[in-house]
Amino acid sequence: MLKWLPESVSTYGKDIDWIFQWIYYVTAVSMVLVLAAMAWFLFKYRAKAGRRATYSHGNTTLEIVWTIVPALVFVMIGFMSRSVWSTVRYDMPPTDVWVKVTASQFNWLVTYPGLDGKFGTGDDFSQENMMHVPVDRPVRVVLASKDVIHSFFLPNFRLKQDAVPGREIEVWFQATKVNTDPGYEMPCAELCGFGHSNMKGYLKVHTAEEFAAWTTEKKAFPQETVTHD
Amino acid sequence: MTDPVAAPQPHQAHHHDPGFWRTYVFSTDHKMIGKQFLSVSLLMLVVGGLLAMLIRYQLAWPNTPVPGLGWVPEPQVVGGVMSPSFYNSVFTMHATIMIFFAVMPILIGSFGNFLIPLMIGARDMAFPVLNMLSFWVAVVASIIMIAGFLVPGGHAAAGWTSYAPLSAVAAFTGVDWGQNLWCISLIVLGISSLMGSINYITTIINMRAPGMTWFRLPLVIWSLFITAILLLLALPVLTSALGMLLMDRMAGTSFFLPEGGGQPLLWQHLFWFFGHPEVYIMILPAMGIASDILSTFSRKPIFGYHAMAYSMIGIAFLGWIVWGHHMFQSGMNPALGTSFMISTMVIGVPSAIKVFNWLGTLWGGQIHFTTPMLNALAFVSMFLIGGLSGIYMASTPVDLFIHDTYFIVAHIHYVLFGGSIFGVFAGIYYWFPKMFGKMLNETLGKVHFFGTFIFFNCTFFPMHILGVGGHMRRIANPAYYDFLAPLQPINVFISWSAFLLGLSQLPFIVNFFWTLASGKKAVQNPWLANTLEWVAAPTPPPHGNFPGELPTVYRGPYEYSSPEVTEDYLPQNRNLGGVAMAHH
Repeated sequence: MLKWLPESVSTYGKDIDWIFQWIYYVTAVSMVLVLAAMAWFLFKYRAKAGRRATYSHGNTTLEIVWTIVPALVFVMIGFMSRSVWSTVRYDMPPTDVWVKVTASQFNWLVTYPGLDGKFGTGDDFSQENMMHVPVDRPVRVVLASKDVIHSFFLPNFRLKQDAVPGREIEVWFQATKVNTDPGYEMPCAELCGFGHSNMKGYLKVHTAEEFAAWTTEKKAFPQETVTHD
Repeated sequence: MTDPVAAPQPHQAHHHDPGFWRTYVFSTDHKMIGKQFLSVSLLMLVVGGLLAMLIRYQLAWPNTPVPGLGWVPEPQVVGGVMSPSFYNSVFTMHATIMIFFAVMPILIGSFGNFLIPLMIGARDMAFPVLNMLSFWVAVVASIIMIAGFLVPGGHAAAGWTSYAPLSAVAAFTGVDWGQNLWCISLIVLGISSLMGSINYITTIINMRAPGMTWFRLPLVIWSLFITAILLLLALPVLTSALGMLLMDRMAGTSFFLPEGGGQPLLWQHLFWFFGHPEVYIMILPAMGIASDILSTFSRKPIFGYHAMAYSMIGIAFLGWIVWGHHMFQSGMNPALGTSFMISTMVIGVPSAIKVFNWLGTLWGGQIHFTTPMLNALAFVSMFLIGGLSGIYMASTPVDLFIHDTYFIVAHIHYVLFGGSIFGVFAGIYYWFPKMFGKMLNETLGKVHFFGTFIFFNCTFFPMHILGVGGHMRRIANPAYYDFLAPLQPINVFISWSAFLLGLSQLPFIVNFFWTLASGKKAVQNPWLANTLEWVAAPTPPPHGNFPGELPTVYRGPYEYSSPEVTEDYLPQNRNLGGVAMAHH
């Protein structure tokens, strides 16, 4: 089943996949055990003439066991999840690669701060449905929406975050693999209207040199952002 | 407990004939109302099912003409090809109809009405007229909802969750009155549901037969009681949210619109504060039905009766503090995400307890594989899978990836179809003889069951794989994405399975009508069950349910294979002499 996961190309992608795998094994084993027990009971205790069912109302020890065991498993999964969740959502590493993504029906407008390093100034550089980032460096994305709720989804990066009108929400990722042709697909994951299905952008991950060349050409970032490593 | 409300007014069966209208249309008899709910909601189940076929056609063969859809006018359908906005309406209405007009009214409107008075030993509901009103108000809501298909601009197309602002401004979807009617219909339905739930709660608290203590209640009654409380508390939240949404659309308010100072996430909090209890509203009655049927056909007491009742109560309480798990990626504070993950993990525990107790019930039994039993067993195994797949989305980081993908669609269908609908079928096969006095054909029943079970799994299991592959929900055209290309053969397989799943319902329809017309007459207690509807009331029960005096209850509902008697069942109302037994 897990071989169907899209290739993971972000730093935290492997941690997410690791929990995914854990839950997969825990649930698969539970499913097989319970279904096997059920099949065995159905076979063994099928109605036979001259036999009488066991008259039993239950067993307190068993009740306690099957309350505590699942509870422990859930606590364990909860703890494992919590630390990865913190990595993705709280502990955002400092970076100077900031990109603003403004969603609207049915486009991703990707804005770079320009030479002054600030959004909302005259020298911002914007491009529709195309995002350029360097490999191996944290990227901070500021998500906004002009109209309805959209969801910024990078399947290969295991990242998803809704873009909510009236708010700016920050997320981050760090790419581990270069891909510029055609780049990674960037769909919208939240129903946003009749054009939802075709709301797609591309994320191009460049080598440091390529990224420097691109940003110099487009004046997308200040010089120190590009050279800084 | 005696019944203070419907106290033994001599309820003669030779009452003057109330006539056609009062018997079949404006009836106040809970049994007729139960059957009315059943017929309307089975009809809606067919409508919802046909909409599902359209969804599957589009996903397997996007943008190709759908055979037989040419009659739908442009711009909804152009030359047989569904427009994206029509597709959005189709899945919105599939979910809306299935949830609000099929699963809820069958489980609660039909089984609740039919079973509660019969199983607790009452002559009718506490408020029979309110009961009748609740049905007819639901009919009005259904008509309004269906009317939405006919208005210009098409029906609501913002998903059954209708997230604002998409749902709050007509220009965002291009749907005007469709979405308004959607809101109005659900507000009206909320009123119906309110009347029903008050009635159920009052009836169960006040009108239990002498000796029917709380812990002698069948679990299906426990489940309906808890469900009614959840409905009473959850539905008004939805109704208020719908009222606000309608005002945003029509009266220029901005509860959910940021331009006017509103907050889009408010809708999601309100919706899911209703929506998560709603999930349990749709599964608890099916759990109750399955519990009763598993015990009857294992000829064994239910394993851990008290644990079963308490775990349902636990689910009902915890159900109020898990709504945020639908919103991990919504922009809600990530710290809240962690809290909601913990509460969601906790609510998994009572569900696990229930599954183990069902297994315990089978252990040491004398299992009879009747059609109701097969469906109840399917309920347990499919609910197990649906429960386990829920753990993935409960884990906040895993949800980062699978949120809004087909993994969620697979999960909800394992719980809602694999769980609730198999519970519905189990209940229909089990209580049909009591409702209509005829025995459904077992062979057709088994053909229906195996077809449904096999094609259900072929349809919904592969959706987990789509989700793992990243396939988004609610997209009209998966072919637009390169990363989804390897998944397309699975989409085609799922669609064929879904069509066969649809066809597998034909034996049920044939069985239903053929049995009504010329089926075998049912005896009073065909399954040799213990509960009052079988042992104290004739089949089918007359007006007033119990001839003569109300039954007296001496024991719990699951005394199968008791050593006290030679038969393998011991009816709740059978007096063995001496002191009434204290088995719960």
